[in-house]
Parts: sequence; C-alpha cells; structure tokens
Amino acid sequence: MTDLVENHNGKYAVETRDMNIYYGAFRAVKDINLQFKARRITALIGPSGCGKSTVLRAFNRMNDLVPTSWLEGEVFFHGKNLYDNDVDPVEVRRRVGMVFQKPNPFPKTIYDNVAWGAKINGYKGDMDILVEQSLRQAALWDEVKDKLGQSGLSLSGGQQQRLCIARTIAVKPEIILMDEPASALDPISTLRIEELIQDLKKDYTIIIVTHNMQQAARSSDFTAFFNMDDDRAGYLVEYSVTNELFTSPQNELTEQYITGRFG
Amino acid sequence: MSEKIERDPENYPTGAAQQSQIAKRHRTGSLGRTLFLLATASAVIVLTVLLLTIINQSFGLTAVQSEVPEEVLVQRYNDEQKQSAPDLDSLPKPALVAILQEQISRGLGRRLERDQRFFEDQLVFEDPVLWQEVCASAEPSAGCTLPARSQENVVALVQERVVVPTVVESWFLFDSIFNREEIILEAAEKYPDAELVFRSWMTGEFVASPQSSTPELAGVRTALLGTLWVIAITMIVAFPLGVGAAIYLEEYADQEKWYNRVIQTNINNLAGVPSIIYGMLGLAIFVRALESITSGAAFGVVDAGKTANGRTVLAAGLTLALLILPIIIISSQESIRAVPSSLRKASLGLGATRWQTIWNHVLPNALPGILTGTILSMSRAIGETAPLVVIGASTFITVDPSGPFSKFTVLPIQIFQWTTRPQSVFRNIAAAAIIVLLILLVLLNATAVYMRNRSAKKQGQLS
Repeated sequence: MTDLVENHNGKYAVETRDMNIYYGAFRAVKDINLQFKARRITALIGPSGCGKSTVLRAFNRMNDLVPTSWLEGEVFFHGKNLYDNDVDPVEVRRRVGMVFQKPNPFPKTIYDNVAWGAKINGYKGDMDILVEQSLRQAALWDEVKDKLGQSGLSLSGGQQQRLCIARTIAVKPEIILMDEPASALDPISTLRIEELIQDLKKDYTIIIVTHNMQQAARSSDFTAFFNMDDDRAGYLVEYSVTNELFTSPQNELTEQYITGRFG
Repeated sequence: MSEKIERDPENYPTGAAQQSQIAKRHRTGSLGRTLFLLATASAVIVLTVLLLTIINQSFGLTAVQSEVPEEVLVQRYNDEQKQSAPDLDSLPKPALVAILQEQISRGLGRRLERDQRFFEDQLVFEDPVLWQEVCASAEPSAGCTLPARSQENVVALVQERVVVPTVVESWFLFDSIFNREEIILEAAEKYPDAELVFRSWMTGEFVASPQSSTPELAGVRTALLGTLWVIAITMIVAFPLGVGAAIYLEEYADQEKWYNRVIQTNINNLAGVPSIIYGMLGLAIFVRALESITSGAAFGVVDAGKTANGRTVLAAGLTLALLILPIIIISSQESIRAVPSSLRKASLGLGATRWQTIWNHVLPNALPGILTGTILSMSRAIGETAPLVVIGASTFITVDPSGPFSKFTVLPIQIFQWTTRPQSVFRNIAAAAIIVLLILLVLLNATAVYMRNRSAKKQGQLS
C-alpha cells in the first residue's frame, strides 16, 4: 500500500472519502476510501453485484440518472467534492468521460458520432482535425477514414466500441471511466481494446471495471478488489499495485477470488 | 460435467408418445394459423364490400328530364338561322341571350343583369335610365363594374334557367351494367321525355361546387374546406401539446410521485372516453364559455353579418384536439420509451444536457413512432362527427369557411345530412362525398407516412 500513498505529483486524479451509495433505503456500497493516480490504469474487480460499476458511475455522477440513488461521503476531483451543491453534473461528465459495457454509438454517421460531443460542448477548433485525431487515438482511423459518412452502426462490435472511445476522447476529458468495455466483444477485438487502453494511458487517467481477471492483470497498474458483504453492500477488500495483488494478495478473500475459488 | 445425463423416462414422453405429443403441438399451431388467416380474410372481404358499395352508388344510369330540352332550343335556332349547330355550347352569345329573353321572366333577367351584364354596350332586361340610377347610387350593383358575361357563362345560365335538367331517377352502377335493358324499358315507360345518361357522381365539378339543395348541383367544396380548416387547427394544437406532454411525462416527471401516476392514469382513461362527451365539453367550454375568443370577437374580427356565436372552425378544431390529445400523448410516450436508454446514457456521458439529449437523440429516434400515432389520430379526427354535431356545426351552409372564426361543416356531417334526405339522388352524392373523404384520408395519410419513412431513413435503423 505504500506505493499508493506517495504520488509523483503529490496529487490524485480522483479520491473518495467514506463514500456510501444508496438506492433508496438499500446501501449498495459502503465506506469506500480510494485514491486513483493520474495517468495510470486502475482496475476494479470483484464478483457480480459487488457494486464496482456503481462506484465507477459515482465518478461522473451517472448514478444521478437513477432517481432513488444518493451518495454519502465525498468524491474529490481537483480538490473539489463532486457532490457539492454547486457542482453541475454536465461539467463533470465532460471532464470525466465514460465508455459503456455495450457499444452504443449514436445512429448517426461515424463523423457525427465523434463530432457531436465536441459540438455541444462548444468546441471552436477545426472539427475535421479533431475527428481525425480522436479516431487515430482510438486506433480506428485507418479502418474508417474512407467511410466517415456511413452510419456508426454499420461497424463491427469492436469497431463500434473504439468509435465510442474516440467519441469520448474528442471532448478531451481528464479521466476515462470504462465499464467492462470488452465484455461484449470477441477475443481479438478485446485484445485491440486492451492495447488501445495502454496507449491512452499516456494522456488519460483510466478507471476500468472488468470481470476478466486476466485482463485486469495484463493491462492495469493498480487493482481494487471489491466484495459483497452479508448485508449485500459492496465494500473494498484490497487495493494494491496489480502485480502485488495478483502474486501476493494480503487478504484471504482476494486470494480465493483470483484463484477462481468463488465469484 | 463428466457424469452422463440420463433421460427421464417417467416424466418426459418417449417414442410414439413423444411423436404424438409433438404432432399435437403442431396441430394447435396450424389451427391458430388458420384462424388468423380467416380473420385477415374476413377483414379483406368486409373492406372490399364496403368499397364496392360506395363505388356502386357513386356511378350509374340516370334519367334526366329537362323542362325545355336542349335539342329543341338548338333545333329552333338552326331552323331560324339556317345553321347546323350541333349543341347548345356552340351557339353564339346573342342567340343564347335571345333564348333567355324569350324563356325567363323580366324580373329574373334584371337580377341576372345586375349581377353581371350580358353585353358591354347594351342592356337586355334593364331600363337604361334605371340602370344609370342604380350605378350612380351609393351601393352600385356588381354588374356596373364587372366585364360582360362570357359565352360559356350564358350557356350555363341557359342550362340552369331554361333547360333545367333534373335527375328524376338514378340507378346504381351494377344495376346499370347488368340490367341495362330493363332500365331502358322502365325509363321509357315511366319518363317518356327523359333522357337516359350514364353519370359519375364523383366529378371535379362535384368537388369544386358548394353545397346546394339541388342534388345535381350540390358539391362538397364547403365541407371539404371545412374539414381541412378544422383538421389543420386540430393538428396545430394537438401535435405540439401531445408530444410536449409525452416528453415531460417520460423524460422529466418522476413516475414514483403519486400525482404523476394520477395524471398518467387519467390520460389512459381519457383515450377511451366516447367522443360525444368531448362534444359536450367543447360546447360548454369553447362554444359557450370562451365564445368571445372562438367567435373572434375578442380580436375584433367577427363578421357582423355571419356571426357564428362560437360555433366556429376554431371551436371545432380545439374540441377535436382535446379528443385526440390522449392518443397522441400515449403513442408518443410509447415511442419515447422505446428509445434505448443506452443512447441517453451515451449522450449524457459526453456532457450533454438533458434537453440536448432529448432534442438530438430521443426525439429523432422516437419520431417515426410519434408520427405513426399522429397519423392514426388524425384519421380519427377527420372521421369524427358526433362531437361536431354537438358543438353545432352547420348542416346546411353554402359559404366557404374563410378562417378560424367562420361557420363550417365537415365532410362526415355533410354525408350524414345527405343520407337522411328523402330524394334518392342524395344517396348518390353521399356516396360520392364518401369517396372524396376516403381520398382525402389516403392523401393525408400518405403524406404523413412519407414524412415518417423519411425521418426513419434519416435516423438509420437502430440495432
């Protein structure tokens, strides 16, 4: 854990303090204290229903879309609690982008898929350049450069997911949240997405939820393991450098989980 | 996974029993299929019969009796002038005016002349001194300023005032085709002077003529324009209100709150309320309570001579808008709900506001469905009669509606009114008016379907 406490910049991209998230009266996750390093990949793993996706959505206030959900505790982003009353979720979501489990491009052209987010956020530069840059960063440019006018839905699943990543990058977020981005894809597309995530690490802080432990072990720098308590609330079991967590887990539950004995 | 999966012989049928069980399931399936086919077939049969009935009544032989037959007039002219004019249309204007002078009363002739003169340079019925007086008075007749009547105009006058063709009896299309001989004999016996003519009641003239108490001259222009005006107001009011309410209920309202659930339940129930009740509502609110607005008095545009006391196009449009509002709301809600939530999340996740999400993603994707619901409700509004009768649509009106504050009638009311007349010829023009109504419906629906398909194509298929 020592490695976590010191940070090169002395600053974390996101930090939670005693975060509890409720759906109505039900507490979905409890007492989460986590710090995420800038420009690193952090994986959130754990059995189904342990609340890792809920934790992820807390960082861009996507949980707000569930009318009954509410949050206790604090989530710091640039020293500001995201859940303060004067914080506008619209601004949060522009600065903390999100890629979803199932590829969900807009039923628009490939070009518009990338350009739309930039347009509504008031981007003033050259749109063609931005679209090309974003698609290049998402490693999709070479495949789609001749058919930017075609529907985003005409692409294959893996291409659609990279289009969604390009769309997210186009609004220049600081953090990219990924909710099992490869779980709906075939192994080759999954590999391409993983490579892409490694590339994106240069510029972005990435937090990724995954069910796939090999994926977490392969591609992340840090891993947080969550589990479900007896009251069905998710809690953080262990948070460590990925190598350490997978080779010498401190907690017995972690060891059982990564060796496939439950979950 | 290594243990062998045993079949369970006691609980599942095997062998012949299994065969017969499967055969039974297939039989149930084909029975269902036959029933559905029968249902479709009976719908097709009923529709065909309906269409054939209407067509049957809209065309057919007619026995036309004239007070002074056209041939007699033409023959007389040919004899006098040593000409060989084939029919009335080819007679010169002076000859036609002479026929009028001979056949109609001087009083009627003067009235016709005051409406429009026969010649630029001479008066036919009117006394020149009197004419000067009339034209110099404060309210000169139209004939003082209008150019003279054309030859066609005078031919029409001779037809209308002298020849006066009257349909004394009409036969339906199928009768006319299959019993032609009998009809000819019957007509020759009953109406020896009458001429047997095959007539299509649905003509361009029928669409363009105003209502009249003479069935041969009556047309649907007044009712057609009334329908178009009413439906325009209905759609202008109901579409934005309905879609707006649907957006609010689906995207903003918290469905957990009791008052939103009450609103939702009420809308669902309102969609099933009989239309006559909306008529009562429209009468109480739009015609009576809001009379100053619906009659146009509040805006100072009421026509003094033709005041409609709130029984106007506007009141009818608003009443029908209320009637179809629940249908539009419900169908729009359904199609908004069908937009995948992943699209909303994708949009919001990029930092779009809720309104940007609705406007750019939810509405374009829901539009084809919204338009489908709108098409259906528009068809319903066009065919609605009962509420308009209650709010006092005119049953006999010859003046075209000129705006939202005009008196009006609509096609269904016109058709209803004609079918209740005793003369059989009115049934022919009622059938012709039904054809006009159906064509109007098909045209409006085709436009809406075209718009829907275009928006669906533009939006691309959701997968």
